[in-house]
Amino acid sequence: MKFGIVTFPGSNCDYDAYHAVTEILGEEAVYLWHKDHDLRGSDVIILPGGFSYGDYLRAGAIARFSPIMQEVVAHASSGAPVICICNGFQIACEAGLLPGALMRNSHLQFVSAQVRVRVENSGTIFTNLYETNEVLRIPVAHGEGRYVASDDVLDALENDARVIFRYADAKGNISADANPNGSERNIAGIISEGGNVLGMMPHPERACSPLVGSSDGVRLFESILARVAA
Amino acid sequence: MPRPGDPAITPALIAEHGLTRQEYERLFAMLGRTPTFTELGIVSALWSEHCSYKHSRPVLKTLPTEAPYVLQGPGENAGVISIGDGLAVAFKIESHNHPSAVEPYQGAATGVGGILRDVFTMGARPIAMLNSLRFGSLESSRVRYLFSGVVRGIGDYGNCVGIPTVAGEIVFDPAYEYNPLVNAMCVGLLHEDDLIRAKAEGIGNPIIAVGARTGRDGIHGASFASEDLSEASDAKRPRIQVGDPFTEKLLLEASLELIKSGHIVAIQDMGAAGLTSSSAEMAERGDVGVTIDVSKVPTRESGMSPYEILLSESQERMLVVAKRGHEEAVREILEKWDLTAAVIGEVIAEPVYRVTEGTKVVAEFPGSRLVTDCPSYSPDARESDAIRTLRAADPLAVPERSEENDPIWTLEKLLSAPTIASKSWAYRQYDSTVRTNTVIGPGGDAAVLRIRGTNKAIAVKTDCNGRYVYLDPRVGGRIAVAEAARNVACTGARPMAITNCLNFGNPTRPEVFFQFKEAVAGMGEACRALGTPVTGGNVSLYNESPSGAVYPTPVIGMVGLIEDLSHVTRATFQHDGDAVLLLGEMGGELGGSEYLATIHEAVLGAPPRCDLDLEKKVIDSLLEAIRAGLVSSAHDCSDGGLAIALAECCVADLECQSGAEIDLSTWGAIPNRGVLFGETQGRIVISSSTPERVLEIAAKAGVPCARIGTVQRTSDTLAIRLADSEMKAPLGRLRHAYHDTIPSIMSRTPEHTTFDELAPVAAH
Repeated sequence: MKFGIVTFPGSNCDYDAYHAVTEILGEEAVYLWHKDHDLRGSDVIILPGGFSYGDYLRAGAIARFSPIMQEVVAHASSGAPVICICNGFQIACEAGLLPGALMRNSHLQFVSAQVRVRVENSGTIFTNLYETNEVLRIPVAHGEGRYVASDDVLDALENDARVIFRYADAKGNISADANPNGSERNIAGIISEGGNVLGMMPHPERACSPLVGSSDGVRLFESILARVAA
Repeated sequence: MPRPGDPAITPALIAEHGLTRQEYERLFAMLGRTPTFTELGIVSALWSEHCSYKHSRPVLKTLPTEAPYVLQGPGENAGVISIGDGLAVAFKIESHNHPSAVEPYQGAATGVGGILRDVFTMGARPIAMLNSLRFGSLESSRVRYLFSGVVRGIGDYGNCVGIPTVAGEIVFDPAYEYNPLVNAMCVGLLHEDDLIRAKAEGIGNPIIAVGARTGRDGIHGASFASEDLSEASDAKRPRIQVGDPFTEKLLLEASLELIKSGHIVAIQDMGAAGLTSSSAEMAERGDVGVTIDVSKVPTRESGMSPYEILLSESQERMLVVAKRGHEEAVREILEKWDLTAAVIGEVIAEPVYRVTEGTKVVAEFPGSRLVTDCPSYSPDARESDAIRTLRAADPLAVPERSEENDPIWTLEKLLSAPTIASKSWAYRQYDSTVRTNTVIGPGGDAAVLRIRGTNKAIAVKTDCNGRYVYLDPRVGGRIAVAEAARNVACTGARPMAITNCLNFGNPTRPEVFFQFKEAVAGMGEACRALGTPVTGGNVSLYNESPSGAVYPTPVIGMVGLIEDLSHVTRATFQHDGDAVLLLGEMGGELGGSEYLATIHEAVLGAPPRCDLDLEKKVIDSLLEAIRAGLVSSAHDCSDGGLAIALAECCVADLECQSGAEIDLSTWGAIPNRGVLFGETQGRIVISSSTPERVLEIAAKAGVPCARIGTVQRTSDTLAIRLADSEMKAPLGRLRHAYHDTIPSIMSRTPEHTTFDELAPVAAH
């Protein structure tokens, strides 16, 4: 399977995503340049973390206008998988691929930490190798990660089981203490209506080896392979 | 030759430019005529302490700089050492003290930016950032403002560029109240073949300005960094540069691509003294002439004079010497990253440093004398009597406080001293995991980064105890190196080489220059004994405010190599039932200790002895035990002494806590407070499931080592038995003291902060 990883000016997790795909998964990966209109035959697109265009305006607000994003949106509309991590999640919300928005963390500070998330729905193409209610250890690193949306949108997300990760403590309890950024309803990751676009603030590509603290992110990438192979 | 509108060269103007009369005479003799205004500006910057090292050079020359694996020693943008497999590590530390004292956010941010550029201009990809910070007491609202601003500046810059900030130290002491120290270190990785030096070569080769445009910011930043902070410093805020990490990220990628492309011969950051120093230094290293046409430099605004263009310290700019005929290829690479490149000059055979504005010459110096003719001083050095008296004082003559009858009170008090307490409030604001190499991040004895494609890792750490250096600069200098070496060794790394950032006061004061000379001598002794040569660094003098000089603070940035990832060792206790061992001497030296400073607000006594022969043996024995797989954890015993080290082994890692039962009852010859809080050097707390074998290794090396207790993962107390008493400290209390202190202080609302209070020295 071929993964296309978009490099915007200011992306800085493109390299980590590339290594997760090639070294850990053993699959093919290519970098996609923001000025291009070509997904180079990629099956899965990753919008990686970073500070696209410096994020001086509003995180992701400029990146959504990059030439490559037209192709990414078309790819998503066709039902193909798109993984949007951190800055990628912010860009996806700006581009309308996912509902809601990522706002400044409630405590107004950047937060870099190993956090825990609970898997809310293991029936998606991104989570089928996890158990529902399983607790994962995955790092976050962001200044604007507070997920917000209107109550209607939040209710709909929950009713459709589209909230797939929530910040939790080590035992899986959802609490304010476990919420690193003040996200509404402790939401850490959601999927699109079609189920093929994933947005999440935690970095699964940084949780791919016990050597660097956790390998809980590996199964997220493997889930996609498993679903396609099935 | 003077430009129309240039001010006349008067004694007042010369003084304003920081040149002494003798220095001006030297300049006049070099030129054989009165300098132009532009030339005066150039010399003012290049002969500033910051650029010229005029007071420090002769002393720095005494430091050892060689080892077979040193690929690049002092004199380049960064030092480089080989780590085998065709790979090398470039690293350097630099200060941004004065800008941070006046504008903490931008001061710290641009400090990070500058040191990043120093590393990637060697052809290395930055893989880690460290910071060594010193502030006054956190009880002061202004200090909290500086601390939070500096931390935010470091975080915002490094996070955006995508380089993990992984280690460092933060010390709070009234000595730094008005003059904080902000030292940033960067570590990069490169293939030995990609190593590039900032040496202009090839007559006819074009000189290209790359990156951000030149503006009017930061003019005379180098000179500002070379004078005492005073009430007038606030007015010099315009001399402080403004950072743009996004452009830096583009510049980083573009520069590495340029270096790989083979189209260029040299590249250097336009850092302190901007275009002036980068062009003059590259010419001097290559022993060639250069000519620069300032009218070709892309500027942010029109009407900038040659003086302003040459001295601007606008950030995120590079100077490149390209191969002749490759200009287009260079431009294409920069365009890909939306950056500009402009040919602004040429390498010439004529031995001259020439600046023109169009065809008109505005500055011209013979050969590279601009750099080589810089004055060099060896001022008087004399120890202050007051410090000699302090050193002679007996720490045990300080009467105990009544509260100390309960040693748990003292332990808690020390654990919650901001210098010792957990700094996670700061490092949670730093992305420490990006690039996915961080095996041990902030909070460990040293940070550990794996080297992809190998089974190796590197360990990095900064260290310095300024209080020791203040009380005895020779011993303090030694300890700074030894402690840094011990810290990287605790993670399983062989200490390899250092970079240093020497933060001192005004060198023209004999007592300050004495500290400088002695501290450097002590560092040199330790570097020789431990086999860790100096590969470069930075000197920051004039760290003084009207209330006096900072503690002499020679910060050491150490790099160590871990040969096998299985050797990576953590600081905190890991396994139930492991034996706790103390490698090193039984001792209780309290001179210059955190105990005296925190509990008694006293800074006195001789700092602990530093036996370099023993230090070396301790490190070697530790590494032998680690490599034999005998060590579960290893933690350096330093600030706060043995009791603090043990408490940290128990509660520092919130996800891996342990109790322990410790027996020090055989130490009866030493007073209890010395046993618990003495800072005798060369000691490491080890936990091991095979203590006998560790004891054997130590005995063979002639290093004292004693079994002092047992790890109890399920216990919720740290119990320490002394000769005449026993303390049972509940882990909950220790955890609270260690982890909650700084967040609680920093959450205080700034209701007492008025604007005047926030203004720097002027208000005091």
